[in-house]
Amino acid sequence: MPRRTYVAAIQEALTEEMRRDSRVFLIGEDVRIGVFPSTRGLHAEFGDKRVIDTPISELAVAGAGIGAAVTGLRPIVDLMFGTFLYLAFDQIANQAGAMRFMYGGQTQAPLVFMVQNGAGSSAGHHHSQAVHQFFMNMPQIKVILPSSPYDGKGLLKSAIRDDNPVLFLHSLSLGGKRGDVPPDEYLIPIGVADVKRAGSDVTICAAGPTVYTALDAAATLAAEGVDAEVIDLRSLSPWDKGTVLDSVARTGRFVAVDESFPTCSAASEWAATVAQEAFYQLKAPVQRVTNKDVPMPFSPVLEKAVLPSATDVIKAVRLTLA
Amino acid sequence: MRHQDIPLDTVLDIYTRVLRIRRFEEEVGRLFRQGQLPGFVHLYIGEEAVAAGVCAALTVDDTIISTHRGHGHVIAKGGDIKRMMAELFGKATGYCKGKGGSMHIADFDIGMLGAIGIVGGGLPIAVGAGLSAWYTGSDRVSVCFFGDGAANEGSFHESLNLASTLTLPVVFVCENNQYGEFTPAANAMNITDIADRAAGYGIPGVVADGADAFEMYRVATAAVERARGGDGPTLIEAKTHRRGSHAEGEEAFLGGQTYRDEAETAAAQAKDPLRLLHTYVSENNLLPADLLETLDFETTQLVAEAVEAARNSPDPEIESLYEDLWV
Ligand SMILES: Cc1ncc(C[n+]2csc(CCOP(=O)(O)OP(=O)(O)O)c2C)c(N)n1
Ligand SMILES: [Mg+2]
Repeated sequence: MPRRTYVAAIQEALTEEMRRDSRVFLIGEDVRIGVFPSTRGLHAEFGDKRVIDTPISELAVAGAGIGAAVTGLRPIVDLMFGTFLYLAFDQIANQAGAMRFMYGGQTQAPLVFMVQNGAGSSAGHHHSQAVHQFFMNMPQIKVILPSSPYDGKGLLKSAIRDDNPVLFLHSLSLGGKRGDVPPDEYLIPIGVADVKRAGSDVTICAAGPTVYTALDAAATLAAEGVDAEVIDLRSLSPWDKGTVLDSVARTGRFVAVDESFPTCSAASEWAATVAQEAFYQLKAPVQRVTNKDVPMPFSPVLEKAVLPSATDVIKAVRLTLA
Repeated sequence: MRHQDIPLDTVLDIYTRVLRIRRFEEEVGRLFRQGQLPGFVHLYIGEEAVAAGVCAALTVDDTIISTHRGHGHVIAKGGDIKRMMAELFGKATGYCKGKGGSMHIADFDIGMLGAIGIVGGGLPIAVGAGLSAWYTGSDRVSVCFFGDGAANEGSFHESLNLASTLTLPVVFVCENNQYGEFTPAANAMNITDIADRAAGYGIPGVVADGADAFEMYRVATAAVERARGGDGPTLIEAKTHRRGSHAEGEEAFLGGQTYRDEAETAAAQAKDPLRLLHTYVSENNLLPADLLETLDFETTQLVAEAVEAARNSPDPEIESLYEDLWV
C-alpha cells in the first residue's frame, strides 16, 4: 500500500474531490503556493478560478465561502492557523452553523473550513492554540481532528461531500507523519471513532496528536501489566459516544486526553458524558488530561510542559486504578 | 534625501538606530540558519529606515505597537538588545521571560506595547492607547506599525474610523513592503497607494519613501505634531522593501517555488536604507568616517555580547508557567 505523509494525503483528497465535482473550489491566503504544502500543486491543475488567493481578510473570506455555499457551490475555505478563525468567528458561529435551522430549513451551507490546529512549533500564543473545543460548543458545526494520513484523507473527502459546515483541523505537528493510504477511493464517515488499541483495564480517549501521546502511555502501561484501550475519536462533533460508552462498560475506567485548555475542553465533554451515562459501570472517577491552564508559551521547554504528555496520561490512569 | 531641517545629533541618532537594527537582524538570520532559534522569525532587513525615522520623532512616553516583523520597532524605540536576543532564544532572561518569543516582544517601560503575531491585531490596541492619552489629558501619541497585508483586515477599517471619529492622537504607519507573505500587494488590493484610503476616514494620508530615514522622520514629526495638537490621526504609508524571506527558512519550505519578480527585487535592493544613509552622511560630511566605523564596530560587538549572554542564560523554570497569571 502506498505510504503518504499527512499533508500529501490531504492534498490527494483535495485533488480527487476537485476533479470529481466542479462546484468544489479552494479559497484562502496563499493557497496557490501553499503555506501548508497540502494545497500545493492544486493551482497548476485547477487554475485561478478554482484555487483562489485572497487578501488577508479572514472574516470576508469565511463569509464569502458561506455565501457561495448557500448559492450552490461547495467551497473549501483555508484559513491557515486555527487562531485566525477567531477573526472569522461571527461568520461561523452566527451564520454558517445556524442557517439551516434559523431559516426554517430553506437553505444549507455545505462548506469546509480548513485550518492547522494546535501547538508544537514553538511559535508563541498566537500561532499555537488548539481551537477545536470552541467549535464543538457551536450547534451544527461538524468538527474533525484526524490523527493519520489515512483518516485525514478519508475524512476530508467526507467533509467536502457533507451538506453542512465542517471544520477540518489538521495538525502541524503531524504534517510529516507517514502512513498507509490505499490507492483506491475510500471515505471515512464523520462521527465514527477508531479503536487504535484494544484493552480491558482502562479506556483512553484522544484525538489528533494526543492519540500518539495516549498510545505511548499505553505501551508503558502494558509493560506494567495494565491493558489500556485507546480510542481515536477522529470526529469531535458529532462524536462517537457509542464506541466510548461500550468500551467503558468493559473497562470501568476512563481517561480523556485532549490538547485544549482545561475548562470546557473536549475532554470535559467526553468525561461529563461518561460520568453521566456510564456512572454505574465506573470503578473510579473519570480523569481529564489537558493543556495546563495558561496561554501558550514560546520557549520549547515551556511549550512541552503545557501540552499533555504520556507521563500525565500514565498518572491519570494510575489514579483510576488506585 | 535631504537633511537640512534635521539637527546633527538627530542625524546621528537616526543613523545609529538603522545600523543597530541591521546588525541585529543579520545576526538573527545567521542564528536561525544555524538552527539555534526556535519558532519563526521575520526579519526587518530593508525596512529599517521606517522604524528608525518614525521612532526618532517620538518621546519615550509615546507608545508604539508592532507586528510579527517587530524586532526593528523594538530597537528603534530604544529596546535592550540583550533582553531581545534572550527572548528569541526562549530564555528566562528575555523580555518576556521566554514566554513570548520573536512575535511577542514588548517593553512597556519605553512605550513599546508589544509585538502582535495576528495580522492587523495591533491597530485597535493602538487606538486604545490614543484613547487613554485623550482621556487622561496626556500629550502622549500612539503609533501603530502594520503591513500592507494588514491594511486588508477588517480591523484596519474599524480602527481608522474609530480613531478619526474620536479625533484621537494616533499615527498609523503602514509599512508597504509590497508583499503579504507570498502574495504581492497588487494582487490583494485594487489601489496603488494605501494612503488613498485615508480619504475614506477624513484624515490625511501621506506617502513616504521608506528607504529614506530622513523623510520618514519628517513625515512622522508632522503627524505626531498634528496628533499631539489634538487634530487627530494620520495615515502614513511607507513604501519599503523586504530584503529577504517572509519568514526565515522559507526557501527550504517553498520547495523551489518562487514568487518575486527578480527585476523588481533588484531595483528595490538598490535602495538599501543603510547604504543610502551611509553614503549621504559621508558625502555631505555630516558624520566622520571614523565615527561611523566605530559605531559599526560597537554595534556588532553589542550584538555579539547579546548572543553570548543569551546562549549562557537558563531556560525558564517550568514553575514560571504559573507566574504572570490573573491576580
Ligand atoms: C490574522 C492573521 N492572518 C494571517 C496570518 C499569517 N500571516 C503572517 S504574516 C502575514 C503577512 C502579513 O503581511 P503584511 O501585513 O504586509 O506584513 P509583512 O509580513 O509584509 O511585514 C500573514 C498572512 C496572521 N499571522 N494573522
Ligand atoms: Mg507586507
